[in-house]
Amino acid sequence: MISWIDTILQGVMLGGLYALFAIGLSLMFGVMRLVNVAHGDFVILTAFIGFVIVDTLHVNAFAAMLLVVPLAFGIGYAVQHGVLTRTIGRDPLPSLVVTFGLSIIIQNLLLEIFSADTRSIPGGGVETGSIALGRGLAVGWLPLLTFGAALAITGVFQWFFNHTRLGRAFRATSDDHEAAALVGVDNRRVYAMATGIAIGVLGVAGILHGMRTTMSPGDGPAQLIYGFEAVIIGGMGSFWGTFAGGVILGVAQSIGFRVDPGWGILVGHVVFVTVLLFKPTGLFPKTRE
Amino acid sequence: MAVADSNTTATIQIERATRASRATTIVGAILFIVLASMPFWADSSLLRQFTEFACLLVMAQMWNLLGGYGGMVSIGQQAFIGVGGYTLIVLGNFLGLNPFLCIPLAGVAAALMAIPTSQIVFRLQGGYFAIGTWAIAEIYRLSVANVSAVGGGSGTSFTALYGIARWTREAATFWIALAAVFGSIALVYLLLRSRFGLALTAIRDSEAASASQGIDVQRTKFWVYVIAGFGFGIAGALYFLNNLRISPDAAFGVQWSPVVIFMVIIGGLGTIEGPLIGALLYFVLSKVFSDYGTWYLIALGLLAVIVTLRFPRGIWGFVESRWDIRCFPVQRRLRK
Repeated sequence: MISWIDTILQGVMLGGLYALFAIGLSLMFGVMRLVNVAHGDFVILTAFIGFVIVDTLHVNAFAAMLLVVPLAFGIGYAVQHGVLTRTIGRDPLPSLVVTFGLSIIIQNLLLEIFSADTRSIPGGGVETGSIALGRGLAVGWLPLLTFGAALAITGVFQWFFNHTRLGRAFRATSDDHEAAALVGVDNRRVYAMATGIAIGVLGVAGILHGMRTTMSPGDGPAQLIYGFEAVIIGGMGSFWGTFAGGVILGVAQSIGFRVDPGWGILVGHVVFVTVLLFKPTGLFPKTRE
Repeated sequence: MAVADSNTTATIQIERATRASRATTIVGAILFIVLASMPFWADSSLLRQFTEFACLLVMAQMWNLLGGYGGMVSIGQQAFIGVGGYTLIVLGNFLGLNPFLCIPLAGVAAALMAIPTSQIVFRLQGGYFAIGTWAIAEIYRLSVANVSAVGGGSGTSFTALYGIARWTREAATFWIALAAVFGSIALVYLLLRSRFGLALTAIRDSEAASASQGIDVQRTKFWVYVIAGFGFGIAGALYFLNNLRISPDAAFGVQWSPVVIFMVIIGGLGTIEGPLIGALLYFVLSKVFSDYGTWYLIALGLLAVIVTLRFPRGIWGFVESRWDIRCFPVQRRLRK
């Protein structure tokens, strides 16, 4: 019994990481109807940047976030402003092809620089330490921090979206970008900010991912799919929905792995398909069909 | 195939065939005859190369039908490549069916799997549809990787060809490949010239407007998806018949998608000539540059990005607008 509680607890914590992957996807789709196929590769890219910073500057992994997050924001802003904005339109094909192209470019550049060897970011003890909850139940510091970060970032996102000037511009552009432009919203800047923030969050997510497990340049696509499944399970238009979607996916995978290591990821996919079949709008949708 | 029929006023003609299309028919027929004789004079490596090209071309034509005409951008067609490949293995190795008969059956199996798959992915739109198809392909991959009868994650070999004379084996594989090349082009061409094709292009231009004209949008898209599944199944089976070794990663891996999309985008989306040129170009590039590994893939990715941004209609789109050449006219044009 205790071990099952442990499995679910680990799943919830893992779900926090998936929520961090998903929230940027959710934001970009919400604001621009843009699906970033390279999102998972940006997770791995920021993780590798974090790895290099920790390795060369000999700083703590969390201190490295202070550098990686602004850098990731800058990358997101530049990619959106320089390339992606030109692909936005009624037809989803150009943006899909371009982000898919970026995905291939990022993966192979990382492969060229770092080879296919797996690496991980040293966390200075955080990745192994845990707090005992009694009755043999323990929760690791790193999963707990990840979950806390996801909770905090989701809260900040929701508040930001609802209560700030830029958040209002995001909502306005999302509803009708032409009307928003008419009343003085600079769509190009709004788009660039949205992608900057979406990739900026991956500065945190990437480093947490790199501390949690080993990574290699080809790991991006899997992270994209987990993030995407979290968005769909949760339902579109609500950040808390996306967060819940991440947690559900994490728990499903965790239970799956417990039953049979070959099934873990598959059980997550099955939950995704089940939600899609029985509640295509997701479990906690905010926008109506 | 001259079907230029005149309408009652006699001064305006509906043009359905062009000089280029008549030339294409003749060149195509000659090419078919020459190619069909290849097993009698070409060496086996050339035959194998052609089969590989045939797989790429069928995939490009089918993806173009799906994405270029049907407006369904899928990055998960590897699901059907894998189903086709594994159907070949199961029918050939375990049921002992004639390995060459397995190819059309593999197409049918992939088309059948496309039916439930469509029920899931059709609930998603646009960009999310694309990633949804990919997630489903991952489900196929992981499921097959858990089946130990077909070697699990490490895969298995196709053994049903043992005992068939080498020449017969190579020639039969080649002829199937040739049939797949001409068949896939003919299928897309005839489909698009039919009523169904008219409905399909209308849907691509505006779903709402075509629905208001009485077109059953969902049903039309469903059939396109199933036909594309069939084509990818054939291509997958043919590919693994040519390679004799299969694994879940090779069959269901996402590495297929950039290749297929690259061919269609570079060649020219929404034309029949485009995927043909794209497949030829990709095939040549991959033979010449694949030794460069990562840099080659980076260059392909960059090229896809640049073409999408600068030349969204690809190579054939440029040719078409510059010289007004249409080798496979699928549209109806009014001419005085």
